[in-house]
Amino acid sequence: MSVPALEVRDLSFSYPDGTAVLHSVDFHVHPGERVALLGPNGAGKTTLILHLNGIFSSSSGSVTVAGLPATEENIHEIRRRTGLVFQDPDDQLFMPTVRQDVAFGPANFGVQGAELDDRVRDALEAVGMLEVADRPPHHLSLGQRRRVAVATVLAMQPEILVLDEPSSNLDPASRHELAHILEALDITMLMVTHDLPYALELCERSLVINNGRIVADGPTSTILGDRELMRANRLELPYGFDPSFIRPGRT
Amino acid sequence: MRATHVHALYVHGTGRVRALEAHVKVAAMVAFVLAVVATPREAFWAFGIQAVLLIGAAAAARIPAGFLLRRLVVLIPFVLFALFLPLFGGGPRTQVFGFALSVEGLWGAWTILAKATLGVTASIVMAATTEVPDILLGLDRLRVPRLITAIAGFMIRYLDVTLGEMHRMRIAMMSRGYNPRWIWQNRALANSAGALFIRSYERGERVYQAMAARGYQGQMPVLSRELTRPGSWLQALAFPAFAWMAAVAAIIAT
Ligand SMILES: Nc1ncnc2c1ncn2[C@@H]1O[C@H](COP(=O)(O)OP(=O)(O)OP(=O)(O)O)[C@@H](O)[C@H]1O
Ligand SMILES: [Mg+2]
Repeated sequence: MSVPALEVRDLSFSYPDGTAVLHSVDFHVHPGERVALLGPNGAGKTTLILHLNGIFSSSSGSVTVAGLPATEENIHEIRRRTGLVFQDPDDQLFMPTVRQDVAFGPANFGVQGAELDDRVRDALEAVGMLEVADRPPHHLSLGQRRRVAVATVLAMQPEILVLDEPSSNLDPASRHELAHILEALDITMLMVTHDLPYALELCERSLVINNGRIVADGPTSTILGDRELMRANRLELPYGFDPSFIRPGRT
Repeated sequence: MRATHVHALYVHGTGRVRALEAHVKVAAMVAFVLAVVATPREAFWAFGIQAVLLIGAAAAARIPAGFLLRRLVVLIPFVLFALFLPLFGGGPRTQVFGFALSVEGLWGAWTILAKATLGVTASIVMAATTEVPDILLGLDRLRVPRLITAIAGFMIRYLDVTLGEMHRMRIAMMSRGYNPRWIWQNRALANSAGALFIRSYERGERVYQAMAARGYQGQMPVLSRELTRPGSWLQALAFPAFAWMAAVAAIIAT
């Protein structure tokens, strides 16, 4: 089999105050796969994805991105390969204009001049936000800011795109537009979400995490259809939503 | 969140002054302030010329007068201090409206007021036309050590972030019926300072994580290739140059 795009082995982590959050987390994602990471509030999803590019590092266990272990000396390259889209776009967009914000990432990796301009244009084009390039991010709607946040990461041309609750707080139209954009990207994806229909639409595979442990791993439609598993992990489908009647977006 | 990404001193807009490169503006501002400091206190006319230059710059930058005046409240401590000098200063006295005031104190008060007003106004004009990352990039180009520009950048951002959080906490309190009129009645707000600190600290941490995730290593990347346009230095430095002429003429005359 090919080199996994992402490999997490036996990862455990506690916060400095002693809260143990991750317990021997073990999974891998293959190139081109789209994986949803499901789990209740406080399960450790955000903590886990902050490990994927070395923001947090743990003494026990390992993270490998496209064959490159996430160690101190690789950290810079790991960050280029893993595009992390944070839950709150206000945390992610800190430059005065959209254009500068999108350029920030690639510029940190030494991209300059015409190539930098191209990267910025392509990334903004991919999320349909080219026309707001010179506006300040705080003048945009939440849906637009979320799309720009995706662009800031695409501009780095990562191998894997990691999104923390991309659909949260979006109105149904913006949620749908974002799904279209993510669908069109040809990239490996790991998506944290509480929005189960979104997971079914966008990800063929799902991981369920609870209390810092991976408790299920399988096709999204199978997982959403397993009532026992769903109830045990506080996963709740929207009223009237029956996954067995819905054709998954990807299989 | 609205107000938190552009700093409170910045005025949106376009125009000639805004188009100047940040480091050119910073250099012009510093040169202007030095000229003000060097001007002898007796040379009222020289301060007049410098004030006119400054008003001209503010007008060219299209900074509303009200905005400028409101920002000048930072001068209040200086003003209060300056008022005490003539009352309690030593030396010979002079009669002003029936008060015996210290001559040396009057000069002291005048010097503080004139120089502080000019200096602070110059910085406000600069800050109102330059966005934070540009100021930092400008300082960088002027060879200010990176550590200092990075610390300054974080201080400014934490300040903005904190103001935003404070605003939201106030709204949350007011919508639950708490409505303090004056700042010293604001017990609840004072009590919530701790919560505010934690909240802004955590936001700052998340912003930093987002920066690190995109390869930030403690140094703002250079985003624009644009070199300084040759005309820029000439345009920007004309402003302190006239201020210096006034200062030098005043030094020679006194
Ligand atoms: N800085 C911190 N210090 C100590 N404990 C923390 C810290 N951040 C999070 N935790 C704890 O770690 C656990 C996992 O938090 P995490 O944010 O990873 O959950 P999550 O799965 O992303 O939840 P949500 O769905 O609410 O976003 C929680 O119990 C939380 O209280
Ligand atoms: Mg989370």
